[in-house]
Amino acid sequence: MNKDIVISATDLVKAYRRGSEEVRAVDGISFEAGPGELTAIIGPSGSGKTTLLNMIGCLDNPTSGTLRVGEAQIFGGRRELSETELTRIRREMFGYVFQKFYLIPTLTVEENILLPGAFYRSPSAKSPHEVMKLLGIERRSRHLPGELSGGEMQRVAIARALINGPKVLLADEPTGSLDSRRTEEIKGILRGLAGQGITVVMVTHNLELARSADRVLDIRDGKLHG
Amino acid sequence: MNVYAIAYKNLLRKKIRTALTAGGIMLSAWVLATLLGFNRGYQQGLNRDIDNMGFQVLLTAKGCPYEAATLMLKGGTGLRYMPESVVKTVFKNPEVEKVTPMLMHGVFDPNKGENGAVAAYLGVDSESFPPMKPYLEFKQGGWFKSNTALEAVLGYEAAELETREAGDKLLIPGLDQELTVVGVLKRSGTQDDGTIFLPISTVQNLFNRKGMLTGLGIKVKKEADISALENRLYDLPDVQVVSMAQVKTTIMNLVNSARVIVLGIAGIALIIAMAGVINTILMSVMERYSEIGILKSMGAMPLDVFRMIWMETAILCGLGGAAGIGLAFVTARVSEAAVRYFLPYAPNGALVALDGEITGFAFLLILAGGLLSGVYPAWRAARVRPLDAIRVEGDQV
Repeated sequence: MNKDIVISATDLVKAYRRGSEEVRAVDGISFEAGPGELTAIIGPSGSGKTTLLNMIGCLDNPTSGTLRVGEAQIFGGRRELSETELTRIRREMFGYVFQKFYLIPTLTVEENILLPGAFYRSPSAKSPHEVMKLLGIERRSRHLPGELSGGEMQRVAIARALINGPKVLLADEPTGSLDSRRTEEIKGILRGLAGQGITVVMVTHNLELARSADRVLDIRDGKLHG
Repeated sequence: MNVYAIAYKNLLRKKIRTALTAGGIMLSAWVLATLLGFNRGYQQGLNRDIDNMGFQVLLTAKGCPYEAATLMLKGGTGLRYMPESVVKTVFKNPEVEKVTPMLMHGVFDPNKGENGAVAAYLGVDSESFPPMKPYLEFKQGGWFKSNTALEAVLGYEAAELETREAGDKLLIPGLDQELTVVGVLKRSGTQDDGTIFLPISTVQNLFNRKGMLTGLGIKVKKEADISALENRLYDLPDVQVVSMAQVKTTIMNLVNSARVIVLGIAGIALIIAMAGVINTILMSVMERYSEIGILKSMGAMPLDVFRMIWMETAILCGLGGAAGIGLAFVTARVSEAAVRYFLPYAPNGALVALDGEITGFAFLLILAGGLLSGVYPAWRAARVRPLDAIRVEGDQV
């Protein structure tokens, strides 16, 4: 595999059975993403965007196909990976950002950011001050999530995703709960993170945000379109 | 940031619910510690009371054994008498070290209390009785000069009740006989505190009971075979042998029967508290279903999640248990007063004896019960699949 490729997905398929009918939520998608590359996955609701993101992020096993992240082959073997195996891969390679920020309301900003470190401390982990400074929230470190704006909460969620120094940042509708001004801020942050060499893959409905990506995967009915 | 801090802060999210659950655990711990302390205290008190009698065997005139036990423990009036000659007969037994004859007599005093009450006088031998009660110390004065003197020694509480000091006169109601108070005892924490002691011959003379006794206390020699002595004493006509060991066993059997019921109640309280813990933690897990999924997506292993939820249970039970045991210490005297009010006989001294062993046991039992209750919710949380959890709408900010 080319050293400049961080994610390499080949012919990924996710199929479900609905009664006697087989539904292919993702149907043979292949793509590659290099270091510092920002990839946007777009498409109508139900097209399979999030399913694809979940497979890339090891939240779900594909039905078939292969996935490599860095030097490691994640999927493509004969068996499905167990939940524990998936967790081990996730915590070593990925950071996640969701539309809902999922911050713990009784923990301060700094404590929320440190949360992944309570379960796993990566050798490439960053200090909370470093990531807070990167995201411009260092002055909010002692605040509770309820005292923050939506944009600030999403910055905290991004900081939390970065604390263990992931190779890949996955974001599912990262601006879905934000107004246009905050969306611009988050767009700038994601662009900046890619600029620092982190591979970013995001699912979005926001075409303006998608336009800022280096690569856009347009998915219709589980297949790459165009 | 560690799992313990996260668990603690999770409990703070729903403060009222956490407080109510911890309150339930606290009450269970309180009931458990108090009951265990009561059992220990009652047993210790009973042993102390009986050991402080100074003799191991009591002879009384034949009658109800429980009446005899009451006579010993509460100083009730003896309704039956035995001849004084029994002293010599008993002394012939090689196991006997000392004997002390006693004659109890009660007189109704219409001026006592609102409706009058019985004033009880215990006639004792001024030579043999004091050595059997070495723990009795005088606050004022001393023992009577002879067994025929018109003198009295008052227990600490009896002196307070009669408002008498050494040197004062004490009138026996109905006889118009005055006695001189020659001594007042210090508080001993035994039934002797409420007793009015008179010389035995004085009681026999004043109440026309010459040559009669209500009881004979027998101190047995060290290493002597008490049961062999008791078997021989059983053969004496018209007397009844009451061994302190028997009395102790009889009362403890009654107490143990009550304890089974009471511990059953404590067990039910513990089960209710455990159900409360399961309910609270399970509800908390369900409410945080999405959040737990997110934690797993960040790299929390099933065991990490199990540990976090289990730790919440441990903190809840630990705090509730500690508070309950603290409450048991604070309310020990109130519990004791309630027990004394309801029980027909309660020994002197602390009735609720809480020590490190009892409180440690109660705390560990509560903690173990709580941790057991936390297993199912923690297991449910550990099984949450991040993918399913993320799909569920949560209430997180």
